[in-house]
Amino acid sequence: MSAILELKNLSFVYGAGTPFEKKAVDDVSLSIEQGELIGIIGHTGSGKSTLVQMLNGLMKPSQGQVLLGGKNIWENPKKIRDIRFRVGMVFQYPEYQLFEETVYKDIAFGAANKGLTGDELDHAVRRAAEFTGLRPDMLEKSPFDLSGGEKRRAAIAGVIAMNPEVLILDEPTAGLDPMGRELLLSQIIHYHKEKGNTVLLVSHSMEDIARVADRVLVMNRSHLFMLDRTREVFAHGDELEKIGLRVPQVTKIMQALREQGIDLPDSVLTVDEAFDTLSSLLQREGKIW
Amino acid sequence: MVRDVAFGQYFPGSSLLHKLDPRTKLIGFIALIALIFCTFNYPALAIIVGVTAFLLLSGGIPFKFYLKSLKVILIVVLITSLLNLFYGSGEPIWQWWILKLTWNGIHRAIFVTVRIVCLILLSSCLTFTTSPTELTDAIERLMKPLNTIHFPVHEIAMMMSLALRFVPTLLEETDKIMQAQKARGADLDSGNFIRRARALVPILIPLFVSAFRRAYDIATAMECRCYRGGTGRTRMKTLRMSGRDAACFVALALIIGGVVLCDIFLKAAI
Repeated sequence: MSAILELKNLSFVYGAGTPFEKKAVDDVSLSIEQGELIGIIGHTGSGKSTLVQMLNGLMKPSQGQVLLGGKNIWENPKKIRDIRFRVGMVFQYPEYQLFEETVYKDIAFGAANKGLTGDELDHAVRRAAEFTGLRPDMLEKSPFDLSGGEKRRAAIAGVIAMNPEVLILDEPTAGLDPMGRELLLSQIIHYHKEKGNTVLLVSHSMEDIARVADRVLVMNRSHLFMLDRTREVFAHGDELEKIGLRVPQVTKIMQALREQGIDLPDSVLTVDEAFDTLSSLLQREGKIW
Repeated sequence: MVRDVAFGQYFPGSSLLHKLDPRTKLIGFIALIALIFCTFNYPALAIIVGVTAFLLLSGGIPFKFYLKSLKVILIVVLITSLLNLFYGSGEPIWQWWILKLTWNGIHRAIFVTVRIVCLILLSSCLTFTTSPTELTDAIERLMKPLNTIHFPVHEIAMMMSLALRFVPTLLEETDKIMQAQKARGADLDSGNFIRRARALVPILIPLFVSAFRRAYDIATAMECRCYRGGTGRTRMKTLRMSGRDAACFVALALIIGGVVLCDIFLKAAI
């Protein structure tokens, strides 16, 4: 395993030199391994969106470096467009970026910009549609005729079709109904497993993060607050609550039970896991058979 | 970045200019702007420059923002003053090929530059110190007499305030869409004119779609609040003239009188 993304003392200042000057990201250093699925959490305005936009060169850091595969992405500013194909970025509410006549053409936009043509392009588009669960007949529709959830998936497919080495998703499930969330999340997990690519997921839903992430990056007031394995991060419930975040509800319940003196592990992340732990505990104590 | 446009921005404050009735300001600034183009000699021009300087100072807005709005029209000013410089009539004092420099041309160039600069400074001063809501309120009140000839004054004012309200929103939206398309490798700033125009399609279409979406949203929201046009509608804040406004009108009359007297009794410079 080698580091695919490395941030070195990364800072970003908005409106430098004016009275409105504001540090959005302050001296963040970290490294992300190839193939990891990283969850990014933080309060609104903590700097997480600015941070991820620096990773594909949409924003130029005021200080510090972003290394992609060991090379500074701003080494040659004229080549920054190439970086955007290698680090795919899906913004919040990406459905508002759709513009083509058909879903197919819209998904192909990024890949065609990258330089793919003919069969290669067709393959990339169909594969991306498959990953995001769009049926082949939907590809010929106008993107404006799709439902909200389908639009969202078409927009995500447009980034996946570029086959980026790193995929960044900024709150991909925001505003979707529970079914849509569930579906999209499992598609992301599936994509990550099958491709083995690095995925960064920004989310306000601790449940989602707890379910999918290998490691969790916590931002607080422009600073890197924590970066650790998901289980370790959510074991620090008190600290997270102090900075306005919370742990998944089930984790909180299990911690409360543990405080009551019940013998449970200190960080349970999902409902399934809680069910297994509790039922084996009850079995051991002979309460159920 | 598109968001950095200073022209038309409002800066809240409590200066004399902020406190004036927006109707006074609107009438005053329109009168002054018209007056700029009625100056034909240096004393008259000096009055206008003096008044402009006084208004800028009393508005209390940092001068930096005025410079920003001037920057936008710098090229227009340069071109018009250059053209005027060589289009004067009379004895040439310097000549090269078809370029003929005359005293008349020099005067013209000075006048046109000062006039445009004052024009921009005054209109910036008005928008910097008057909120869009106040401004449309003033327009609605001033145009009220037109109601008698069935001119839809209230509707026009409502449209204006809605349009003004959505300028920053749409700018922000444009920014977001641009970022999203750039992330998909859209190349916005290279290639020839046709390529660049074509590169705008991925930005304009989503922008239009979202503008229509917002329009529907706002229409629904207005209907939910039982909006039914201007008739019989009362206001939360009624505009009221005060002594300050009366003083302003007196000052305005004096300024107009001064400029007119200069024009009548002094020789024209252009």
